Amino acid sequence: MAESRERKKVEPWRDPHAKPYLQIDNVTKKFGDFVAVNNVSLKIHRGEIFCLLGGSGCGKSTLLRMLAGFEKPTSGAIFLDGQDMAQMPPYQRPVNMMFQSYALFPHMTVERNVAFGLEQERLPRGEIADRVAEILGIVKLGEYAKRKPHQLSGGQRQRVALARSLVKRPKMLLLDEPLGALDRKLREHTQFELINIQEQLGVTFIVVTHDQEEAMTLATRIGVMNRGEIVQIGTPTEIYEFPTSRFVADFIGSVNMFEGRLIEDLPDRVRIRSDELGGVVYVDHGISAAPGAAVWAAIRPEKIAITRQPPARAAENCVHGVVTEIAYMGDLSVYLVKLDTGRIVRVTLPNIERLSDDERIQWDEAVYLSWHESSPVVVTQ
Amino acid sequence: MAASSTASRSSLRSGRIGPLWELFFRYGPPRWSEYIRRNWAGQRLVIAVPYLWLTLFFLVPFLIVLKISFAEFAPFGRPPYEPILRWMQDGALQLRLLFGSYSYLLHEPLYISGWLYSLKIAAISTLLCLLLAYPMAYAIARASPTGRNVLLMLVILPFWTSFLLRVYAWIGLLKTDGVINNVLTSLGIIHEPLEMMNTTFAVYVGIVYSYLPFMVLPLYSNLEKHDLTLLEAASDLGAGPVRSFFRITLPLSVPGIVAGSLLVFIPAVGEYVIPSLLGSSDQLMIASLLSDEFFHNRDWPRASAVAIAMLVVLLVPIMIFQYFQNRELRAQRR
Repeated sequence: MAESRERKKVEPWRDPHAKPYLQIDNVTKKFGDFVAVNNVSLKIHRGEIFCLLGGSGCGKSTLLRMLAGFEKPTSGAIFLDGQDMAQMPPYQRPVNMMFQSYALFPHMTVERNVAFGLEQERLPRGEIADRVAEILGIVKLGEYAKRKPHQLSGGQRQRVALARSLVKRPKMLLLDEPLGALDRKLREHTQFELINIQEQLGVTFIVVTHDQEEAMTLATRIGVMNRGEIVQIGTPTEIYEFPTSRFVADFIGSVNMFEGRLIEDLPDRVRIRSDELGGVVYVDHGISAAPGAAVWAAIRPEKIAITRQPPARAAENCVHGVVTEIAYMGDLSVYLVKLDTGRIVRVTLPNIERLSDDERIQWDEAVYLSWHESSPVVVTQ
Repeated sequence: MAASSTASRSSLRSGRIGPLWELFFRYGPPRWSEYIRRNWAGQRLVIAVPYLWLTLFFLVPFLIVLKISFAEFAPFGRPPYEPILRWMQDGALQLRLLFGSYSYLLHEPLYISGWLYSLKIAAISTLLCLLLAYPMAYAIARASPTGRNVLLMLVILPFWTSFLLRVYAWIGLLKTDGVINNVLTSLGIIHEPLEMMNTTFAVYVGIVYSYLPFMVLPLYSNLEKHDLTLLEAASDLGAGPVRSFFRITLPLSVPGIVAGSLLVFIPAVGEYVIPSLLGSSDQLMIASLLSDEFFHNRDWPRASAVAIAMLVVLLVPIMIFQYFQNRELRAQRR
């Protein structure tokens, strides 16, 4: 944990003069009439774990495949460490990829799989053996060196794939849904292992994933993609707490979104009247929007308090409703509350204490929902 | 330990029960209805039909041939061999097994050279088939789905005409005033007609032409299953197209190569029609020798011995074929 805090302190993307390691300039990729990647520009710095996050068909995999060289951009340029890569075939690029299916060679042992990339560089045999042994040690697979892929578990195969792509010491490692095929427990464990290995070797990682949890834990920065475009780039916290669009707010985590109109627009606070909500949302920070424009107030379910009694300041940031559904998830409970306007609001509460059924808010109870004025995020698109 | 227990469990689940005694140990005295339901009703019945077929039309004739191969030749007999079982005057039952036919095969230069010639023809034809079929199968496997169907159709299409007819057609192409010679002469490429008919070359042409589909199809069915991301991975790791082919595609297609090679090699060794129609009469393949022995010399014991020896020689490649086939099946199940 200490390491990740340290990692957060170094934020080269904040420095406008820092030279990016990977620079993607206006890259577009079309398949026939279909635009898979639309005019994407990105700057990624050395040592980052950059996650491309998006739903299926958003173009994230196509972008990754262009970085690997399996697809050629229709237009635009890709520079890695100052070198133009657009026309370079995959087998000459100083990048390696870890495939979603792992793509381990079934007829070779673990050792041979890992050595394959080094053999292509025609390194002396002794050096190959040393480097293979070293990397297998790092991924803790030393004793499995002589096995064939089909004799390994899913997690072990994943680590072979990782070792195989890292052993060439690439300038950049591309990971396509690296944890997608693992079960939940193993995935969590592997996430931290992946971060450790990345820090140990200092390789720049570019990860493609549709799993926001995976992106949140792994990434230094996340690029959220939708319909071939990058809609927001930011640290996990920025993406989650300050989404700039409805799409991002909705895609990352769950959110309650209320359409409304600005009734007060000052540099340090705004008020939004929402008919959907049946009340006024007061926000303690300014926003940039045309007066009278439609805006949306997004409030995360965990930032809403649920009480039987009305809170002290009930005039604003407070609405009334009836509990229609409760889902007990163990660590937290999800309440679906039907407002007087008919709108359903999602609220989550951590189960900090063991409460008896009487103390706990029950089905069909009338409740007040309230939130802090810093909690809503206002988006205009 | 773990592996063996899962193996036995999976055999239980598949309903495959071993011999009766195994049931006895597992469940106590047999409940016949249970045994019959599990063993008879499904798989056994289905398997019984080919078993019966093979027993009647392969095993029994084979045993008859085996018997004849040990009998003594009786040139004027009808059938032309002595019985091997005979009641003697003193009431003893005499079993006479003559190995003369077999030892003759091992010593007669005509047969030895016939064997070597057959094996050489089969081996070279197999190699030629492989070299021709691999690129074909590869192209079909990588073609678009519709193109693939058309191309496969074209490979199978020749089977719709009689094999004999197609071999005859080659005579028209290869003979001295045949199509090939006429075309080449009229184009001025050659001035003397090429001597192609009744040569070993013609036999190669006939065999490669006839057996090519048997090489293409297993190769195609193997190559078609290849995971193309493996090639992307190889490319990503620095291997160019040529190295990727030799390190990834070729090793993974070995089961297809073996299957195709044996499907060509085994029948090619015993090929009779093609060498008799296209080949020379100076050098005979083993099947022609067998036919001569049987029809001209009427030496049934010797002909039978040739047939048995052929089977024994071909048993080795057939067993290799089985081994690879099983291995591929096991790999697919994973």
